[in-house]
Amino acid sequence: MLIFDLALKSLRNRAFSTSLTVGSIALSVALLMGVENVRVGMRESFSNTISQTDLIVGTKGGTIQLLLYSVFGMGAPTENVSWEAYREWADHPAVEWTIPYGLGDSHRGFRVIGTNEDFYRHYRYRGGQQIALAEGRANEGLFDVTLGADVAAELNYALGDEIAVTHGLGEVGFINHDHMPFTVTGVLAKTFTPVDRAIYVTLEGMEAIHWEDGAPPASDDEHDHEAEAQAAPSDDGHAHEDEAEAAHDDDHAHDDEAEAAHDEDGHDHDDDGDAHADEAEAAPADDGHAHDDEAEAQAAPADDGHVHAEDISIEDVEVTQVTSFFVGTTNRRDVLQLQREINDFEDEPMMAVIPGVALNEMWQGLAYAETGLRLVAIFVVLVGLLGMLVSLYTSLNERRREMAILRAVGAGPNRIITLLVLESLCLASAGALAGLTLVYALLAVAQPLVEAQAGLFIPIRPPGSVELLFLGAVVLAGFLMGFVPALKAYRTALHDGLAVRV
Amino acid sequence: MSLAIDLRRLRFRYGGGPWVLDIPELTLERGTRAFLFGPSGSGKTTLLGVLAGVLEAEEGEVRVLGEDLASLSGAQRDAFRAEHIGYVFQMFNLIPYLSVLDNIALPARMNAERRARLDGTGVRETATQLADHLQIGDLLKKPVTELSVGQQQRVAACRALIGSPELIVADEPTSSLDFDRREAFLELLFQECERAGATLVFVSHDRTLEGMFSRTISLPDVNKAVL
Repeated sequence: MLIFDLALKSLRNRAFSTSLTVGSIALSVALLMGVENVRVGMRESFSNTISQTDLIVGTKGGTIQLLLYSVFGMGAPTENVSWEAYREWADHPAVEWTIPYGLGDSHRGFRVIGTNEDFYRHYRYRGGQQIALAEGRANEGLFDVTLGADVAAELNYALGDEIAVTHGLGEVGFINHDHMPFTVTGVLAKTFTPVDRAIYVTLEGMEAIHWEDGAPPASDDEHDHEAEAQAAPSDDGHAHEDEAEAAHDDDHAHDDEAEAAHDEDGHDHDDDGDAHADEAEAAPADDGHAHDDEAEAQAAPADDGHVHAEDISIEDVEVTQVTSFFVGTTNRRDVLQLQREINDFEDEPMMAVIPGVALNEMWQGLAYAETGLRLVAIFVVLVGLLGMLVSLYTSLNERRREMAILRAVGAGPNRIITLLVLESLCLASAGALAGLTLVYALLAVAQPLVEAQAGLFIPIRPPGSVELLFLGAVVLAGFLMGFVPALKAYRTALHDGLAVRV
Repeated sequence: MSLAIDLRRLRFRYGGGPWVLDIPELTLERGTRAFLFGPSGSGKTTLLGVLAGVLEAEEGEVRVLGEDLASLSGAQRDAFRAEHIGYVFQMFNLIPYLSVLDNIALPARMNAERRARLDGTGVRETATQLADHLQIGDLLKKPVTELSVGQQQRVAACRALIGSPELIVADEPTSSLDFDRREAFLELLFQECERAGATLVFVSHDRTLEGMFSRTISLPDVNKAVL
C-alpha cells in the first residue's frame, strides 16, 4: 500500500510527463477501440442489411452473386424465375410470406426494383425495422414509383415528378422511353441500407418497361417471346435504332442493315446492334409507324400504335417472371428443409440461400481488411506503450537518488522493482481507461454525424469481449514493460548502494 | 553485547576492483557519539554502506547491534536496516514527491517494528513531535522542494530518528551548512539521539567538528586499504 502510494505520488510529481504518457496511450487505445467499434458497426450494419428473411431464392448461380444483386444492388442477375415457379413456392405450406423482386433496370444509375406491397409489409432490416415512407404513399399504380431516400436526395426529386426508366443497369442506359414515364408517389424513410439507393415500382410496371422488347402479352406465344427478351437485359441487342431500321428489311444480313435502312430514310444509324430475329419478323406488321421517334420503333406488334402510360392500367399487365424473392417461413425449423426442396426443384434451376450464412460467407471474404486495420491499431498501441517505456526509462537517471533514499530507509530491491512496475502499470491502466472514455465520448459525439454522413450506424454498447481482451492486453503489456526500467533501477540501486552519485 | 559495531578482518571491494576497505578491527560501544573522520576517497561512504547492510563484505565479520550481517540474506539485511538504522545523507536527502511529513514518516510506514516502537503514538503525531524538536514544525505541509538545505537536513534527521532506531548513521550531513548552522544542527541531533538512546556514527572530512563528539575514529588509521 505504501509502495502504491509512493507510485501514485511519484507519477503525480511528474505530472507533465505522466499526462503525456497517459495521453499517448489513451489515444492509441482509443484508436484500437475505435477501429473495433467501427468494425463491429460495419459488420452489424452489413449483416443487418436484411433481417428476418429466412431464404433468398433466385436462379441457380453463385450464392454471393444472388445476395449481391438481391440485397446489395450490385452485379447483374443472369436469369429470372418464372412467375409460375415463384407462385408455387410462395404457396408452399412452410412459407409464410414472400417478397418478389424484379431487377434489371435502372434510372440514372440507381436500380429499379419491381416488387409489390409485400415489400412494405414484410421487408425488415436492422433488427426488424420495417420500411417506412418519409412522404407520399407507396407505389400502387402501374407507373407509380417510390424512391429510396438517397435517390430522392441525390437526384432532387419530389412527389409528382416524372421520371424515365432506363433499360439495363448502367448509368447511361440503352434507351430512355419517355413515352412511359413513371410518377414519383412516395419517398422512403432512410434505412442506411441499399434500400435507400433503389427505386421501387410495381412488378407490373417492371413488366411494362420491358414491352420495348415485345408487347403486352396477349397469348402464351408472346409470353415466351418476352421472357426471352427479358432474360438478357444487358444484351447488346437493344440498340433500337438498328432494330427499327432492320424491321423494314428483314432479309438483310447484319452488315447490310444500316446501309439498307439508310437508303430508305434519312435516319442516323449505328452498326453496333443486332436485330432480333423475332422483332424483325414482328415489326413488318406495324410498317409505316414509328419513324418519328427512335424509341417508339419497337411499339407493340399486336397493338396498333405505341404504348402510352395513360392507355393501360395495372389490370392489363400480367407478370411473367421475377428475378428473385425473399422468403419468410412459418416455422424457422423448416428453413433447411425448404432450402433443400428449392435447390432440388426440377422445373427450373433454382437456388435458395440463407441470408445470414451468405452474409457471413461474404464478410469472411472481407476479413483481411479487418485484420489489416486491426493490426495497424495494435501497432499504434505498441508505439504508445514504447513511449511509456522510454519516458520511464529516461526518468530513472534523475531518480537514482530517490532509489538510494528508499534503499536507505529499508526498501529492498523488491520494493524498488514493485514501485517502478506499479508506476508503469498505473500509466498503462490510466491510459487504457482514458482511451476507453475517449472512445465512448467520441462515439457519442460522432455517432449521429457518421450515421448521417456515411450511413454507418455504430452502436454504442458496453465493451465486448474483444475490447476487454485488448484492454487487458494493454494493461498486461504495461505491467511487463515496467520490468525493463524496474530491473535497470534495481541494478543501479545495487551498484549505487547508499552512495549518492549524481 | 554492548557493542553497537564490531568489525573483524573486514575486507570489501567493488566487483573485482582493488580493495576499498581492509579493516582488521573496529568496535564501537553503544550510546557513543562517534566522529568518523577521513579524507575523500578513504572509504567513508563505503564503510557506511557495509554497516547499513547495503553492501556485502567479501571477507571478515560485520556485527551491527550484535547481529552478524553476513549471516543475513539480502532481504533480511534490508529489514534489519529498516528496523534498526536511521540514515542521513550529505544532501538531497528527501524524496521530492512526498511532503515533509510523509518524508519523515517513511521509515515508520516502511517497517512494522519502527512503527511498533512509536508506543501507541500515531505516525503523524510522532513525526510532528520530532519536527517540533528539530524546529521545523511549521514546515510539515510544505513540499520539500521549497525547503532550504538546512531545513532539508533537519527533515532528514527527523526521518532517521523516527521509531527510535538504535543506530544513526550520518554521512556528512552538515557539509553543505555554514558553521553556525552545523553546530545548531548537531546540538539538536545529539539531543534526539540521547533521548532515543541511539548510537551515532557521524562521518566527515572536516575535523573542526571533532570536539563535539565522544569518540573520534580516523578511517585512514583503521583502513589498511588506503595507502
